[in-house]
Amino acid sequence: MEYVLTILPILMKGLKLSLTVYVIVISLVFPLATLAAIGKVSGPRVLKRILFLYTWIWRGTPLLLQLFFIYFGLPYFDINLSPLVSVIIAFVLNVGAYETEIIRAGIESIDKGQYEAAKALGMTNVQTMRRIIIPQTIRRVLPATCSEALLTFKDTALVAAIGMGDLLRSAKEVVTTDFRITAFFIAFIIYLFISSILVLVFSRLERKYSIYE
Amino acid sequence: MMDHMEYILNILPFILSGLKLTAKIYVATLVIALPLGLLAAIGKVSGSQFIKKVLFLYTWIWRGTPLLLQLFFMFYGLPVIGIRLSPFAAATITYALNYGAYLTEIFRGGIESIDKGQYEAAKALGMSYAQTMRRIIIPQTVRRVLPTTCSEAVNLVKDTALLAVLGMPDLLRIATQIFTRDFNITPFVVAFVLYLIISSVLVKLFGKLEKMYSIYE
Repeated sequence: MEYVLTILPILMKGLKLSLTVYVIVISLVFPLATLAAIGKVSGPRVLKRILFLYTWIWRGTPLLLQLFFIYFGLPYFDINLSPLVSVIIAFVLNVGAYETEIIRAGIESIDKGQYEAAKALGMTNVQTMRRIIIPQTIRRVLPATCSEALLTFKDTALVAAIGMGDLLRSAKEVVTTDFRITAFFIAFIIYLFISSILVLVFSRLERKYSIYE
Repeated sequence: MMDHMEYILNILPFILSGLKLTAKIYVATLVIALPLGLLAAIGKVSGSQFIKKVLFLYTWIWRGTPLLLQLFFMFYGLPVIGIRLSPFAAATITYALNYGAYLTEIFRGGIESIDKGQYEAAKALGMSYAQTMRRIIIPQTVRRVLPTTCSEAVNLVKDTALLAVLGMPDLLRIATQIFTRDFNITPFVVAFVLYLIISSVLVKLFGKLEKMYSIYE
């Protein structure tokens, strides 16, 4: 027990980093993905093609490879970013690709009658999107978005692979230094605890905004 | 451009050898995780209270924690308590348990979505519970969960990349090694292309599979 108390501060510091990355990433992803989804649905052909390539590549390849590429590979082009920035960029691009597809499917699921009604009311495309389509889309994609958000939290553990001191890496260092497995158990419990909290928060959110179709 | 191509041809054999390990883990994982998920789902639906609780803990823990943590636990944690497994065995067990947990929930959702009328009809025909499961429920479940299961199977390809962190010579690790050795991003680009090809081919294959078995509901 005493041992647990001695290692807890180290793990908590790691947890802070994990949560920092997580919060920054999910706050950036949603607006960006919404824009990208709108671009995919109603943008010019060139934009649609670029976005198609984007989601195809970023959903079809491992997050770890993308992380390695941005973190190790960019300096090759003389782009030197801090670890935190490269991690955030990698995650935002990756999760953003998945979220773009989720939102796009949501937008395309809104029936055309909405667009027609908006047009009849004299709304521009932008107004239609902003006032009619997107609010309905947000409600529809909430479940899928929440489960994506949950997966993202677990994916933050990958930053351990590039040497960032998140929860997982701190736990691993403690285990290999002290040669005791306890830190891993604590890490398991902490991850489980936080993901369970997230599940609760998200289901509350879903219930509050659930569609009455 | 030409020596670019030559360079790629030079490193390709190494990178493809990494692909071999990726494929081995992939197949080994699915071979274990699919039956495991199915059995566990049946257990969750119709097992004893004790089994249900154990399985609930299993899926809760293995879905609620990062795969990388589970891998670290198996690779770095087990030796500490005296259990030494080969890297391949440790990796396969971890992936199988992790994906087994997700598949369990997928299959369980599928089983529970079959309406009770099926069970009633089977009972009326005098079938035992095992017969009902085997002949009526599971075949319908498999068709229903096929899309989700296929997308999990595609995710697995990308998750195999985590082996690189454990030092196992999979596709990503070898690409990284070549990158570090030559300080050239080409191996990363090649890895991107290979993973993209593999996942796209799988998506197409699974799409065909789904169409073949699609439910006419």
